[in-house]
Amino acid sequence: MTRAGFVIANLFRKRTRTILTLLSVLLAFVLFGLLQSVNSIFSAGESFVGATRLMTQARVSFTQPLPVSIVPKLEAVPGVARVAHSMWFGGIWQENTPLFVFAVDPLRQRDVYPEFVMPEAQWQSFAHTRTGIIVGKLLADQYGWKIGQKIPVSSNIYPQKNGSKAWAFDVVGIFDGKDEAWRKQTNQAFIQADYFDEANQFGTKGRANFFIIKLANGKQAESVSKTIDAMFENSPDETKTQTEKDFNLGFVKQIGDIGLIVHWILFAVFFTLLLVVGNTMAQSVRERIPELAVLKTLGFSDGAVLGFVLAEAFALCLCGGLIGLAIASLLGAMVAKGSGGQFQLELDGRIWAIGVLAIIVMSLAVGLLPALRARRLRIVDALAGR
Amino acid sequence: MAESMVAVNNVTKVYQRGKQQVEVLHGLTLEIPRGDFVALMGPSGSGKTTLLNLIGGLDQPTSGEILVGGSRIDQLGSSQLAHWRAHNVGFVFQFYNLMPVLSAESNVELPLLLTKLSAAQRKKNAAVALEVVGLADRAKHKPRELSGGQEQRVAIARALVSDPQLLVCDEPTGDLDRATADEILGLLQVLNREHGKTIVMVTHDPKAAEFARRILHLEKGRLLEQAA
Repeated sequence: MTRAGFVIANLFRKRTRTILTLLSVLLAFVLFGLLQSVNSIFSAGESFVGATRLMTQARVSFTQPLPVSIVPKLEAVPGVARVAHSMWFGGIWQENTPLFVFAVDPLRQRDVYPEFVMPEAQWQSFAHTRTGIIVGKLLADQYGWKIGQKIPVSSNIYPQKNGSKAWAFDVVGIFDGKDEAWRKQTNQAFIQADYFDEANQFGTKGRANFFIIKLANGKQAESVSKTIDAMFENSPDETKTQTEKDFNLGFVKQIGDIGLIVHWILFAVFFTLLLVVGNTMAQSVRERIPELAVLKTLGFSDGAVLGFVLAEAFALCLCGGLIGLAIASLLGAMVAKGSGGQFQLELDGRIWAIGVLAIIVMSLAVGLLPALRARRLRIVDALAGR
Repeated sequence: MAESMVAVNNVTKVYQRGKQQVEVLHGLTLEIPRGDFVALMGPSGSGKTTLLNLIGGLDQPTSGEILVGGSRIDQLGSSQLAHWRAHNVGFVFQFYNLMPVLSAESNVELPLLLTKLSAAQRKKNAAVALEVVGLADRAKHKPRELSGGQEQRVAIARALVSDPQLLVCDEPTGDLDRATADEILGLLQVLNREHGKTIVMVTHDPKAAEFARRILHLEKGRLLEQAA
């Protein structure tokens, strides 16, 4: 037998209690790992490394569309290969099913997004059918849409000139993704920007929410972004250009201050955990005061007894914490893979280091008071049950 | 005259009970020679256990001197006293006080964690101690799987394993039936006679006291008489 063996044996004196406590520590650290990695994604600065496309929108908000007439200026920027533009349509299918529908320039869309795979004939059909709509395979499969079918799609924003929000489009193409990650993004549909401009009642003619910049060379992403934004500085149409990844994160950031939300959730989780584990440790020490007195009787010093209790708290937190962080790593990697790399929910070294620090701090927080109580025990009083 | 194992000189012990001070031992003087087996008897509250605790280094006197094996233990600090206990004295309690989560073997090995012995040597010493008390075949059993008498034997093995010269026993047979109590007392006698251990035992039971070489009576914190 070793001192470590003695600590572990004591830890499992009440097996069910220990396992339940261990599970609560484990779950807290799974949450900690995942939420910290969410926080790192949102608090990270912009990264242009490896970007092949940029998104340009109005500096204030993408809800203020920019004129499509800026496209030639954008395409004139060195390093820009092609520019597409996109306007949010706000589609509703049947009663109340929202659809991601955007008004686009068909051939520019084809050129900028080669990841969306569709026969050239269908792209051409889309370009030449004013009421045409191309739908992603996921949508087509879900609603059973076929090429040649006319589908009614309402807009929750834009009425037609006759005042009706009910639009009708002809399905002229069904696009797929080039790989698994892109297949997951085929839950959207595109309509012709020209038709949308002419037919809608609002004065958004010749404007678009987003401009998608396809780069000639990924290494120029940062300089292209800066050049574009500088070009429109102090104009009525100031721009904000960022990578697709940062653009997508920007959408989620609209929910609120993600960092603050994460911190408050973690505070609540760890505060509850402190109470749960602290109570377990205190109860565990209270139950075996005579045993701790016997240890001292046998010659274990006050410090050694304090060490035993602290070691139990540490073993409990370490075990639950490390398993929790490992599970969070696994889940994070699955989310990263599932989102096609859009959400890199992976636990890096920094999060692991903070996690280990949290384990140490928590061990001290839950173990120190019971350990000090054990240290202060007077043998004769404890043996006499006083 | 035999060499002194325990010398208690003019020891007073005062406890604070709330606002009241209770003097449990009043200037008590006592000498126990090496190799002796002493039974301390007396009514409840007479100070038997207090005296035993002082001799075993579990508590400190309010005044007076206590020498055990030639060392002044009344002057030692808490850590020094813990170290002294680990190497010089073995304890046997009325309710055995074994660790319920450990096997008999591990319970006996526990005090050896305070030594520099290797794991193999610790295991070997624990096995020998269990052999001495006749429980080698129950080494892997947890305390709850043993009878009261067996538990007390394990406790005696634990007290013996670091080879102390002094054993202090607080009502070691108080929780046992007559036959088992006699077995345990017989074992203590063997340890005293054949292994030369000095034993100080507190008991209420006159039959248990008969196993000792000497019986000391305490009353109201004073030593009354000595009986052969």
